[in-house]
Amino acid sequence: MTQSGRGWDEALQNHLLNFIIKMNMLSIKNLHASVEGKQILKGINLDVRAGEVHAIMGPNGSGKSTLASVLAGREEYEVTEGSVDFLGKDILELSPEDRAREGLFLAFQYPVEIPGVSTTNFIKTALNEKRKYHGQEPLDAASFMKLMKEKINLVEINKSLLTRSINEGFSGGEKKKNEIFQMAMLEPVLTILDETDSGLDIDALRIVASGVNKLRNENRAIIVITHYQRLLDYLQPDFVHVLLNGKIVKNGTKELALELEEKGYDFIKDELSMAEAM
Amino acid sequence: MSIPCLYDAGRQGVISGKQKKMEKINTEYFGEKFNQLQLEDADNFMSSIRKEGFNSFNKKGLPTRRNEEWKYTGIGDLFKKEYSFTGNKTDTGISKHHVDEIRLPGYENANELVFINGKYAAALSTIRTSKEQLIVLSLEEAANGIYKDFVNAHLGKSGLYIQDGIHALNTSFIYGGVFIYIVKGQIIENPIYLYHLSDAQQNHILSQPRSLVYIDKSAKVQLVETYKTIGSMDSFTNEVFEIVVNENAIVEYYKFQNDSVNASQVGTTHIRQIGKSYAHTATVSLNGGIIRNNTNIIMEVAGNEAHMYGLYLLKGNTHVDNHTLVDNTMPNCFSNELYKGVMDEKSTGVFSGKIFVRPDAQKTNAYQTNNNILLSDDASVNTKPQLEIFADDVKCSHGCTVGRLDEEALFYLRTRGISKEHAQAMLLEAFAASVVEQVKIEPLRKYAEQLIADRLSNGMN
Repeated sequence: MTQSGRGWDEALQNHLLNFIIKMNMLSIKNLHASVEGKQILKGINLDVRAGEVHAIMGPNGSGKSTLASVLAGREEYEVTEGSVDFLGKDILELSPEDRAREGLFLAFQYPVEIPGVSTTNFIKTALNEKRKYHGQEPLDAASFMKLMKEKINLVEINKSLLTRSINEGFSGGEKKKNEIFQMAMLEPVLTILDETDSGLDIDALRIVASGVNKLRNENRAIIVITHYQRLLDYLQPDFVHVLLNGKIVKNGTKELALELEEKGYDFIKDELSMAEAM
Repeated sequence: MSIPCLYDAGRQGVISGKQKKMEKINTEYFGEKFNQLQLEDADNFMSSIRKEGFNSFNKKGLPTRRNEEWKYTGIGDLFKKEYSFTGNKTDTGISKHHVDEIRLPGYENANELVFINGKYAAALSTIRTSKEQLIVLSLEEAANGIYKDFVNAHLGKSGLYIQDGIHALNTSFIYGGVFIYIVKGQIIENPIYLYHLSDAQQNHILSQPRSLVYIDKSAKVQLVETYKTIGSMDSFTNEVFEIVVNENAIVEYYKFQNDSVNASQVGTTHIRQIGKSYAHTATVSLNGGIIRNNTNIIMEVAGNEAHMYGLYLLKGNTHVDNHTLVDNTMPNCFSNELYKGVMDEKSTGVFSGKIFVRPDAQKTNAYQTNNNILLSDDASVNTKPQLEIFADDVKCSHGCTVGRLDEEALFYLRTRGISKEHAQAMLLEAFAASVVEQVKIEPLRKYAEQLIADRLSNGMN
């Protein structure tokens, strides 16, 4: 009885797990957001499932970074309408730290320099606060060092950077590598890369992209916000969405990104105005 | 035990609250105590200094907010209560176990000088350094012995710079202070800790410590002052600490203020660099009532160097006012000042930094920075850099900031899963670190770091 009971439990668990994996990890519905009274997001709809890589492209001022900020919980942005469901939770109700602990990670377009706070200490604190949230014991010093070493190799970051204050005096490339290193350490289920490619030379871009690729698996999803095709060449997104004036106006596969690279955003604008005219 | 009082409630009806009359009564009372002390200690030199001080006090009275230097710090209200204070008596209810409460980490290796109600208590003090290197005497003893010339030449020079009535009040009652002499060429390995205990178990207490330190050529010493009020009544410490630094000498001076909220204080630390020398100061203020610190560096010869640091981390109704002065009188001097403050709840901070560059002080380098963070809407800070430059070939800069915590940094930390409170504490600790790391006595630095971390991890409460 007990035996078969447990078997049933396991079967159910697997079934549920399968179900969860198949269902949306992130579901954004009709999201409207404004900052200082100015409406920036005007009805975003987006579903992301585990294992998927979504690219969000669009010209300057279209709302890409606002979307990233709203998802991460930046307080200046006011959500005026719509919902965001992340792993079955309404994350708009959560503080930025709780969103992170639930498994959301935002790689900043402009990582912040924080003089006086050591990078290693910071990551250790972050990791242990997340563990505490999930009812786990804090990592002891030896396990933490071991994990650091493993991830340092994975993302090819110069380990001397980690003894310094957070991002202080780092080059553009070092800052972005540090973002990916934090991603590797915190192991988020959903990562948003906000223009991670901006300000990177070709070598740094390759290293950053290969770091991200190594962290991909069927349980994790990634949203890549970018202007350009070049990061997507490395990441090979499953879906590409075009954001224009606060709305997703076109969805496609990676070929759409190539088309955008070739024709610019104007062709989409033309399409839209033609559709309106008809 | 007689309880002398500065302002006795019984007389309140008679003077009907008029400020002028009330001050007069205070003065009369100080007059009685002053005359008594002059009779009991009729030493010519000391009594003439006291007399000068008392005349000055009578003329000026206690500073009010009308005095530009006291615009943001009012001490008048503190004198509307009865204080007991000792002219030349040292009988108190303080014993060895009270001293244990004030001892700072690293005391095992320190020379510990205990002051009770402003008077040096040799019996409770421990001198670990040999007499060949370090001389510690009562001021009276020094003024009458072989160090007479040092005392005559150097005691009271701060009065040329701080000319207000509260400084004069200290001078009026110089008695039972201490003279510290660092012998030429001696590096004093054991720092000197000065513990100021005020016995407020029975009465409000006025303590007026007075010290003169002479650091002879090529000597080095570390001085640390801290304060503790025993008992639940109020204390007011009115201190003058004068340091003379001779050629090639090095002085480090630290002040730790973490007393109870019923402890208020006006303290002047006056450092004169009479030979080309090096001075390093750090003032850390964490708790107290109304606190005013005057930290003066007087560069009397060419080529002096001084570094001044301050940290005030305030909550409740604590008020801390740091007045600094760097007087460049001769060429090629260097000074750098960094004062940082964090004000929470209803606390208030004041920073006033004066830099004089006199006509002869060409090639002066003088820098000053004051950064403040306000954590609550009720907290405030006034910051006032004052540069008066009379030479044309100098490099001087000053900068002050008042703001809130960096929201962008706070958000960044939170997006990594660090709670808002913890992120705030991390940022404030980092903010404070550049001052705390300037405490070069390791056990003391660690102690300060721990106190600050504890304070911050409790959300400043």
